[in-house]
This record gives sequence, structure tokens and C-alpha cells, in this order.
Amino acid sequence: MSDIIDRRENPRHKSAVNSQRFLKRYRAQVREAVARAIAGRKIAEADRDASISIPSRDLNEPTFQHGQGGKREGVLPGNKEYVTGDEIQRPQGGGKGMGSGASDDGEGEDAFKFRLSREEFLDFFFEDMALPDLIKTQLTAIPQHRRVRAGYRTDGTPSNLAIVRTMRESLARRIAFQGPYAVRLRELEAELEALGGDEADRDDPRVIRLLEDLEQVRRKIGAVPFIDTFDLRFRNRVTQPLPIAQAVMFCIMDVSGSMDETRKDLAKRFFILLHLFLKRHYERIEIVFIRHHTTAKEVDEEEFFHSTETGGTVVSSALTMANEVMTDRYPLDQWNIYVAQASDGDNWEGDSPRCLELLVNDILPKAQYYTYVEITTGEPQNLWVHYEQARASRPNLALGRIRDRTDIYPVLRELFAKKDKVAA
Amino acid sequence: MSSPEPLSTLPRRRRPGEPLPSGSEWRFDLIERYDREIARVAEGYKLDTYPNQIEIISAEQMMDAYASNGMPIGYHHWSFGKRFLATEQVYKRGAMGLAYEIVINSNPCIAYLLEENTMPMQALVVAHASYGHNSFFKGNYLFRTWTQADAIIDYLLFSKQYIIECEQRYGEEEVERVLDACHALGNFGVDRYKRPPKRTLAQERLRLKEREEHLQQLVNDLWRTLPHRDAEDAEQTEVVFPGEPQENLLYFLEKHAPLLEPWQREIARIVRKLQQYFYPQRQTQVMNEGWATFWHYTIMQTLYDEGLLADSFLLEVLHSHTNVLTQPGFDSPYFSGMNPYALGFAMYRDIRRICEEPTDEDRAWFPDIAGSDWLKTLDFAMRNFKDESFIQQFLSPKVIRDFHLFCLIDDEESPAWKVGAIHNDEGYRAVRETLASQYALSEREPNIQIVSVDVGGDRSMTLRHFRADRRPLAPMYKDVMKHLAYLWGFTVRLETANEDGTIEPTHEIKVDKRRRPDLALAAALRTLP
Repeated sequence: MSDIIDRRENPRHKSAVNSQRFLKRYRAQVREAVARAIAGRKIAEADRDASISIPSRDLNEPTFQHGQGGKREGVLPGNKEYVTGDEIQRPQGGGKGMGSGASDDGEGEDAFKFRLSREEFLDFFFEDMALPDLIKTQLTAIPQHRRVRAGYRTDGTPSNLAIVRTMRESLARRIAFQGPYAVRLRELEAELEALGGDEADRDDPRVIRLLEDLEQVRRKIGAVPFIDTFDLRFRNRVTQPLPIAQAVMFCIMDVSGSMDETRKDLAKRFFILLHLFLKRHYERIEIVFIRHHTTAKEVDEEEFFHSTETGGTVVSSALTMANEVMTDRYPLDQWNIYVAQASDGDNWEGDSPRCLELLVNDILPKAQYYTYVEITTGEPQNLWVHYEQARASRPNLALGRIRDRTDIYPVLRELFAKKDKVAA
Repeated sequence: MSSPEPLSTLPRRRRPGEPLPSGSEWRFDLIERYDREIARVAEGYKLDTYPNQIEIISAEQMMDAYASNGMPIGYHHWSFGKRFLATEQVYKRGAMGLAYEIVINSNPCIAYLLEENTMPMQALVVAHASYGHNSFFKGNYLFRTWTQADAIIDYLLFSKQYIIECEQRYGEEEVERVLDACHALGNFGVDRYKRPPKRTLAQERLRLKEREEHLQQLVNDLWRTLPHRDAEDAEQTEVVFPGEPQENLLYFLEKHAPLLEPWQREIARIVRKLQQYFYPQRQTQVMNEGWATFWHYTIMQTLYDEGLLADSFLLEVLHSHTNVLTQPGFDSPYFSGMNPYALGFAMYRDIRRICEEPTDEDRAWFPDIAGSDWLKTLDFAMRNFKDESFIQQFLSPKVIRDFHLFCLIDDEESPAWKVGAIHNDEGYRAVRETLASQYALSEREPNIQIVSVDVGGDRSMTLRHFRADRRPLAPMYKDVMKHLAYLWGFTVRLETANEDGTIEPTHEIKVDKRRRPDLALAAALRTLP
């Protein structure tokens, strides 16, 4: 007799350790592949699982094997017309040969493909951005839920007992169950009254019967319990995604000639990080892309990152446009407004004071948070100097100058710290 | 000539009615009932098996099992992770179905059944794995010699724990480097002539310490007894070591590499032992799969004849059965070599046919078995052969004809491929010969042996590749040599022995003996793909 065992509940992912080792060993290649994937993704879709491919020649497991060449003889099935001595033209470009060389390991293919889960993908994305572990965990976690009251239920833990509601049920039940007896009781009492009430003749058989009936009805009324498990009501709680709110994120980027691909990539990572953060706190997020050189334009994401322009830079054009869009489409009582601006810091000299004015008077009062990153290795530019003046009076403005990926997080640090306190 | 009654030992119930439940949903009690009937029939056919342990697993668990060569326990290594990720990718894309079953050569014999299988599939798989493969594991001489079904699970557990301990003590990277190097030499880690002793987990642990000390002692002795003399003296007393060329590279390194730590030797041993465990499987694909397929077919057919299987049930079984047996022709886009299931099944069926209804041709080719008891003949064939000799012995002209087999010669020096023997009277023997050698490990893998170690001088080691049919090594041999140099710790050389008797140097990896080879090679190995 065979043993038949159900192993389906056994721990899965026995290979998880091995997969992790693989990812660790080929970290550099995977990271490159992740960077490529990010470049091709929309901001709002940055945190998805991904199909990754890395060159398989990098991860062959070498062994001594026969190589091509020399003389080989093999047996093949399915002969239709050949007779001994026939010659068959060798196919060009190698071909499958005689079928004995095909390896079962997928080696010899150009790319090794596998899937990264959402968590693994984010892990690679966060890598070298120097995010604190706590923040990584928070961003990776699926959005939090909150337990909210949702009526009553008939079972639950004693701590959730709703006493008032329970008593009401108890009262209703008692009324319902005792009601018929109460009517009967009144009838019997009336009959007894008719026979003389308390002075009635105790030996009169009608009185004896009445007294017995009365006794019985009173017992029945007494037998209805004051409180029954049937009455118990517990507060019901259900989970709801937290919190229910919507936000709009303005991405403003300078696309003048001096913003090259590397800078755009840094900017994109900056936007993605902010978006991930918002996603954790808001159920619905819209993104507005505004790009500018001397004039501003609202565009879609594709155009935002991929088309290039040349010419000077007038930042105020973008701020003006952002302000208009806020006023027109995102009323403050319905939307939380976040702004992320990336630039290389160049601005037309006379324009920066105007920017400051717009920022302090119009945008900052509306926005939850405004972050500005200057992607530069050089000295602070004039825009930076003006923005710094605003920071003194406005706590919801964060400025950062970034040179590489590790500099991105510190710009957002304050925001992360603050918001998490609110959420906690 | 009358053929012996095949089912003489079975009460022949010719479709008397009352089939087993036949829906497509499986349940545990149903599997149990089918298993009971299958066991009864298998016993009637005198299949000798280990006790069975049938485990139902999910698709994810099946992928885990894939990644670790089907073994339920395994040490950690990135290469298993690579295999898992690759499997997961193709499976989740829907490009590939998972195996219906994985069976482990252990006692009790563990068979994993995929939960997604239908009831007819589960029955088929139980017959295939738990009675077919199982009896092959227990009966075939290679498995009896090279594997210990009683001890394998214990040994896997031991090796996993040992390697975890090493990782804790010496660091993951160190251990990984040793494992990588040993894996590269894995196929050259089988001791072909010596029979390994049987041991249990407790004995294995007990012996571990002893062995570590002993091995180190052995190595120390080898190098300590070196005469410290002047250069000209050394010429005279040159020691020839090893005395004979060594084909078990990993074993040689484990025993004689001068600089390996005891734990590194133990890891080499673990890799070698596990390779040895898979060694019979690599040599019995056709026989093993053919045997299991023959028996699931025969058992299912018998159950049907007894009236226990519904028509629809048998139809589904046959549908899967024929899928497994597809053999596309060489010119089909689906061709990927000979299908071991198809070839093996056809050969066992043919042996039965030769026993039961021999033709004149069969009597001429197989005078010993024509007309004999098919059960006994089949049992004999299963027990005493490996693919190479099995084909050499039993491939009949009929099977060659049925498959339309022909030889193809691919010679670099001639502009075209040439057709050799085909399925005619002149060709049968040559086709059989060629097909048999196609399954010989000695043909499939290059012949590389350790021929000398310069014990008196720089301790360099020389390997020789004995070339056959002018076939070169695949270029990745250079990477294998780096791993070899890492384990050996001194310079390693590869030379090629051509068929005309000339010997030419092929490759050399220099290691400075005064430096710790770990450091010297660490850099080199990091550049390795």
C-alpha cells in the first residue's frame, strides 16, 4: 500500500535562496537591465514586476564539452528518400546540425530571460539611491489599510460588544416574546376581578382554575430571559484602503539643450520616487507634465521625456502655466497638490525674481509640497539663489542639488518624515 | 509456435463491469483506489518495487523541484536559482507545461504528482513513476551499483547542512567559489570502476572528521616525502605521479590537491557523490523512460481489459501516452533529437513481440529470446544493461525500419553531409552500432585525463585531451581550466593528443606557488563569466 501525502501546503519558494544568490551574483547585469526597464516605463507604472534579460554568455556554467568541427556520425529518424552514399548540402550558418549538440540548459541562446517580482524590481530601483531601509519597506509595501466601523454583526469579541444596541435587541425580544402572555395575563386578571378580585371564593372551581392559569402565565413571562445570546450585537469593522484622497503631481522639467540624457534620467528617478511616495498615501493620483524652455507646454509623458528642444530658459513660463492648471482643474478642496521641478539651474537672469514671486504668492500657498532639484555639478545658479530666499518663510518647499542618484532621496527626506508622522 | 499466456498469473476478468469512478477531478481516496488496482496488476507482472510514497504538489513546488534536479533537498547555489528563474519565466508565459511527475530514486520511492493533473493523468503517472521507474531503480544494475536508495535523502540532508555550516564559517563567497569550480568538473567526477560503500547519515557524520584529518595527512605525506635535493639530483629521482592517467578529475583533486582546506575537500566530495548518484540516470534515459512508458501502457491496458477503466478514462490516458511518444522526423521543425520515450517504448514492445510472435527474421537475429517468456526476457533486459549495450543488444531491424533510422556523417573536411547506413539488410548492424555509441558517455563527453604532476618541481599539473575523430573541445574549456587551477593551486596545463600520436600544448594557466592561490585566482575568477 502506497503512502499518499498532500504536500501542497508545504512551504513554497524553496528556491528563493538560490534565486537571491543568482540575483546577487549578477547584480551588475540585472541593475543595467532594470535601468533599461525604467527608462522605458511610465512614471505611474514604475513599480511593476518586470521581464529582465541579461546576456546568457555571462552566466554559462563551463564544462569540458565537444566543440564544433571534426567528424561526427549520428543516427536520425524519419528517412524518406536517402540511400547510402547520398550527400546532403550543409545548411548555411550552422543550423541545428545533427541534433545531438542541442543543450537542454538554454545555453547558446543570446539572452537569459527571467521575471523580477515587483518587490525585487523596486529593490534594484532603490539600490544606490541610498534610501533608508525603513523608507524602502514603506514604499515597497502594498498600500496600508484602515479598519473602519461598518454597522453591527451578531458575533465578535467581547471587547467589541455594543451594549446599547444589545439592550435594545433584548428589549425588543422581550416585548415580542412576552406580549401574548401579557395580553392573556390582563384577560385572566379581568376575569378574576369579575369574580371578586382578591376577595373571590378560593374554593370556587372557576377561581381555582383561574389562579392556576394566572400562575402559569406569570411563569411563562418570567421564563423569557432578560438577555439572551440572540440579543448580542458587536461592532463590525471592515478594512478600507487608507486614506481615501486624491492628489495631483506636477512634473515640471526644463528641456532646454543643456538637459542631456543623464540628467533626464536622474530627473525621472526623482519623479518616480515622489510618485511612489504619493501612491502610498493617496488612492488616486493624476500627473501633469509641463515642460519648458522659453515657453511652457503641457505634454504627455512620452513627449515629456523624449523630445528635445534647444534654446534659452524661462522658468516662469512653466510656473505660470502650472498655476493656471491648478486654478482651472484642481480645486484645493478636492485635490492635494504636489509639485516636482527639475532643472539644470540655468534661467534667464531677469526671470528668477519673477519665479520667486510666483512661487511665494501663488503656488506655495496651494501646494502641499514643492520640491525642486537642480541637477548640476557646478555652482548654484541664479534660480537656486532666489528659491533659497523663499525657503526661509515656506516650510513646504524643499530644495536639493543633485549630482548622482544618492542625492535624490535627501531632497525628499523631509517630506517622507513629515507625511509619515501624519499617517501614523 | 504458441506464445506463452502473458497474464497467466492474473485472474483474467474480461470487462465484467463496474469500472472505477472516471470523472476528471481527482481525490485522495480515488488515487488510493487506483493505486491499489495498479499495484495489484504490477504485482501480477512481477514488478519488484520499493515501497511508494506519492506526494501531491503544486505547480510552484514543481518548479522548485525542477530547479534542483528533482531532488527534495539541496544545498544552496546560484545555478539552481538560475534554473528556477528560467523555468518560471517560460512556465508563466505559458510557453511550456510542467512535467506531470517527478520521481526520485530513493527508498521509499518518492513520486511527486502535479495537483493540476486530471484523475486519468494521476493514474497514468502513478503507474509510470511509482511502478515503472520505481522497479527500474530497484532492478537495474547501474542503479544498484552506483546509488543507495536508502541513503540518498540522508546524504542530501547531510550535504545541505554541511555546506550551510561552511558558509557560516568561511563565508558564502568562498564556498560558492569552491562549488563553482567543482561543478565545472562535475561530469569528470565519476569513479567508473570502483563500487562506493553504503553509509547512512549517522555514519557519514561520524566519518566526516576522521576523513578530513586523514585526507589532509595523505596530502601532507605526498608532498613531505619530496626529496629536497639540488636540481641535478632531482632529475634522477623524478617521481612519476600519478602512476596511471586519472580520468576522475574531481576525485584526484579531492585526494591530492596540495593547498585545499579539509572543508574544501569535503565539498569536492559532496559534488562528486551527487554526480555519481546521477551517473546511472545519464546512461539509462532510453531504457528507464521506455520501461516506465511500457508499464504504464501495459498496466492501463490490463485494467481496461478487466473492465475497471471507463472508455473515456482510457481515451484520455492514450491521448497523453501518444503525445509523449511523438517522434518528429529529422526534417521536422519540432525535431530535437531522438525521443527516449519513443525509442525505449518501441524497443520493449518489440522485445515482447519477438517473444510472443517471432518472425523468421527475429529467429535469425535473436535466437536466444525469440519465443521465450516475455516477462522474464524483459526483466533480464531491464536489469543488466545501459542504453549503449541495450541498443547494441536488442535494437531489431523492425524498430530500425519503423523509425526509418539512418546514419549521417558530418565531416568538417567534406563539403556536404553524407548518408551512411540506412534501414536495409546491409545497414541494420551499422545503424545499431552508431545509435548505441551515440548513447555512450565516452562518446558524448571528451576524454580528458590527468597524466602528470610535477611533484619534484613546480607542482604543475598536466591534463591530456585524447582527441577522437578530430573533434576539438568547446572553447569554454579555458574557463574550466581556470576553475581547475583554483582547486589545484598551482600551474595547470592542457595538452592535446592527436590521433596521429602527436601531442601539442593547448592551454596553460600559470599560478605562482609562492602566493596564496586564492588571492592570485580570486581576481582571475571574478573575470569569469
